[in-house]
Amino acid sequence: MGSITLEKVSKSFGTTKVIPEIDLEIADGEFVVFVGPSGCGKSTLLRIIAGLEDATSGAIHIDGRDATREAPAKRGLSMVFQSYALYPHMSVYGNIAFPLKMAGEAKSTIDDKVRSAAGVLNLTDYLDRKPRQLSGGQRQRVAIGRAIVRQPKAFLFDEPLSNLDAALRVNMRLEISELHHQLKTTMVYVTHDQVEAMTMADKIVVLNAGRIEQVGSPLDLYRSPKNLFVAGFIGSPKMNLIAGAAAAKENATTIGARPEHIGLSKTEGPWQGTVTVVEHLGADTFVHADVDDVGPVTARAPGEFLVKHGERVFLTPDAEKIYRFGADGDAL
Amino acid sequence: MARAISTRRKLAFTAIGWLVGLVIFFPILWTVLTSFKTEGEAIASPPHFLFFDWTLQNYFEVQSRSNYFKHMWNSVVISFGSTFIGLAIAIPAAWAMAFSPTKRTKDIMMWMLSTKMLPSVGVLVPIYLLFRDWGLLDTRLGLVIVLTMINLPIIVWMLYTYFKEIPGEILEASRMDGASLAKEIIYVLTPMAVPGIASTLLLNIILAWNEAFWTLNLSAANAAPLSAFIASYSSPEGLFWAKLSAASTLAIAPILILGWFSQRQLVRGLTFGAVK
Amino acid sequence: MATLQTRSAARLMMTPAVLMLFIWMIVPLAMTLYFSFLRYNLLMPGMEEWAGTLNYRYFLTDPAFGAALVNTLLLVGGVLLITLVGGTLLALLLDQPFFGQGIVRLLVIAPFFVMPTVSALVWKNMLMHPVYGIFAWIARTFGLQPVDWLNNLPLFSVTMIVAWQWLPFATLILLTALQSLDEEQKEAAEMDGAGPVSRFIHIVLPHLARAMTVVVLIETIFLLSVFAEILVTTNGGPGTASTNLTYLVYAQALLQFDVGGASAGGIVAVILANVVAIFLIRLIGKNLET
Repeated sequence: MGSITLEKVSKSFGTTKVIPEIDLEIADGEFVVFVGPSGCGKSTLLRIIAGLEDATSGAIHIDGRDATREAPAKRGLSMVFQSYALYPHMSVYGNIAFPLKMAGEAKSTIDDKVRSAAGVLNLTDYLDRKPRQLSGGQRQRVAIGRAIVRQPKAFLFDEPLSNLDAALRVNMRLEISELHHQLKTTMVYVTHDQVEAMTMADKIVVLNAGRIEQVGSPLDLYRSPKNLFVAGFIGSPKMNLIAGAAAAKENATTIGARPEHIGLSKTEGPWQGTVTVVEHLGADTFVHADVDDVGPVTARAPGEFLVKHGERVFLTPDAEKIYRFGADGDAL
Repeated sequence: MARAISTRRKLAFTAIGWLVGLVIFFPILWTVLTSFKTEGEAIASPPHFLFFDWTLQNYFEVQSRSNYFKHMWNSVVISFGSTFIGLAIAIPAAWAMAFSPTKRTKDIMMWMLSTKMLPSVGVLVPIYLLFRDWGLLDTRLGLVIVLTMINLPIIVWMLYTYFKEIPGEILEASRMDGASLAKEIIYVLTPMAVPGIASTLLLNIILAWNEAFWTLNLSAANAAPLSAFIASYSSPEGLFWAKLSAASTLAIAPILILGWFSQRQLVRGLTFGAVK
Repeated sequence: MATLQTRSAARLMMTPAVLMLFIWMIVPLAMTLYFSFLRYNLLMPGMEEWAGTLNYRYFLTDPAFGAALVNTLLLVGGVLLITLVGGTLLALLLDQPFFGQGIVRLLVIAPFFVMPTVSALVWKNMLMHPVYGIFAWIARTFGLQPVDWLNNLPLFSVTMIVAWQWLPFATLILLTALQSLDEEQKEAAEMDGAGPVSRFIHIVLPHLARAMTVVVLIETIFLLSVFAEILVTTNGGPGTASTNLTYLVYAQALLQFDVGGASAGGIVAVILANVVAIFLIRLIGKNLET
């Protein structure tokens, strides 16, 4: 089955080390998301697992077997690329059938598998079309179809949704999650969007500058970020990170409070500030305020909380849910 | 750009454009017309432009007098042969340069280009002597070898610029889908690059067909392609303009048509991708 | 995107092309260089002996060399001048919308596809012939004395023929460049009150500069080795009036069988071409990076 183990895997391009030694366990059937800002090495790590790049050192085990030196074709993994990478000269049918053809399967088997995959992905009516005649979402589904037909040990997704518009992205997110529940196959998913990571993952791997900052379930990361980077990266809107006197009071270099953990009031509270921008989202209202002696703070209020630019408001951080970080950025 | 252009301006440019076009095209037009004249009409003065007795006689005589079609066949063999061999060598090389570049790739490409700039006359003497010693003088094989080598840099460069436009992710996708390197090139790269390969093919056939330094120097009665054979009409033995015109028309017509089809690729190929 | 496997596969696939070109270039060039230091005539086989720089001294002091060098420069310069100016005008013309534009474009580029021997013969006989040629007829129509082009103005005539062949090349490239000019830029200049002439000088011409450089460099490479046109029309004559460097080396080697002297001439030609090539390679190399 599809467990993947990385042992002291590192990658250098010339003399620049993009990924220092990394250890990581991905269990069979797990949905793992690599998340991090652009240039953090998450795609490179995925491509090393795929075999499209060599690891400079270390070993990769797929399904218990050492795959470090194996060609991508031999690893039994499927990949969905950011640009979909569909074969433009082949029909949808040809695209989905290609991996089966390469595996030398019989024509009738190929036909059965392609048609059933197309059925699952709502592509049955489009099998004769060329990729350029499809919409973005349909192309995405063809790419997924091509990945699932040969029943790989694991799926690799390289920012598959970043070329779709916002509404479609939410839909595809649900479809991929559903697919995972149906197939129960290991999935490794790379994204820079923490919302995708939070909503889809069983396990999130937060990467920064090639290093793994933290590994854990979405709620683990949300509840107990190990350091400033994870704290700032996970959660939307971002956690307020406050240094200076307010932090010193808590015996920390920096303290963090999530917008949803700060109460807002027009009459009372320990912090007082001036409203700079108000964003009404309907259900919620985000209030950005310049708090005296603390600095800019964002807080979440109910949708009906009505304030205007320039008004004075009071803010109450939830004492239970204040995060404290030391000088090195690690959580205390 | 949705601006109305006055009809008068357009008509004026139509007149100038056609005048200039016809003046430039005139030598070719005149050759074609002359090929349908009798030898007497061909040198008539004042010249007869359209009102003469059209005849196909010259086309028949060209063959009977000089074994014309043998030379045409030489041209076909040499230009197609050198182009296909060149492609077979260049496709893998261009794949490597476009999709697996290293630090040295650029230097290699520049070096290949520089071989193209070596004046032929700089290597004429040794090539002539080597071919003489190896029995390659006046053989089609010899000319195929030479033309393959002199056009190889252009083929590699043109293919490279076309391959560069194919996203690498698609080739990686085929690798993930289980394709071996050979299958990747046969099933994915080549079909996607067909337009580019076709225009490379076309341009190189044109260049090889018209080549007239090596063909003149290395071939004689046996292997001479048209470009060298036509030169035999320059002997001052008499004025055979109508026959010369017929031979010339046959020699340039196929390539002119190919050239008209490939005019866009021509720019790209001959400037090594510097102008697209 | 590379793994050890793809990299070694890439190296393997590049090998034939690189190896063949390398041999093609280096072996004959080394032989030329070697011959250029020998006294070596094909009419006297077995008499080869070391000659030092004698061949070079002979070749470089031969009055024919001086004449050939001047002719080469005049030929290249003349053709460049005609094709650049003519090409720019033609490109501007073909960029205008008019009826039958596509067909006129085909007519204009046609000469490029005519093989050099054919165009040389057609010009020599049917256009430039002092008695029966079209030019002679035109001259007589206007009551002028027909010119014996190839005997009296040999180099000029060859220049005309070669320029006719290369005019389409310059036109096509400049037209391509012209059409890539951003329409909005021209409109912005128009909004700023620039007239057609100053628009051409300040917007169009600078945009064409790069394409013009490419035309100059590539044509120079090919024009330095013009051969068939001279062989067919004038045989380099009368005397050396239309002999260029390429023709001189050819004559030395295959007409006088002086391998040593021809090789020295070949090396001189290589050096001359390299000066141009260095500029061209730099230009294209820069382009490769972007």
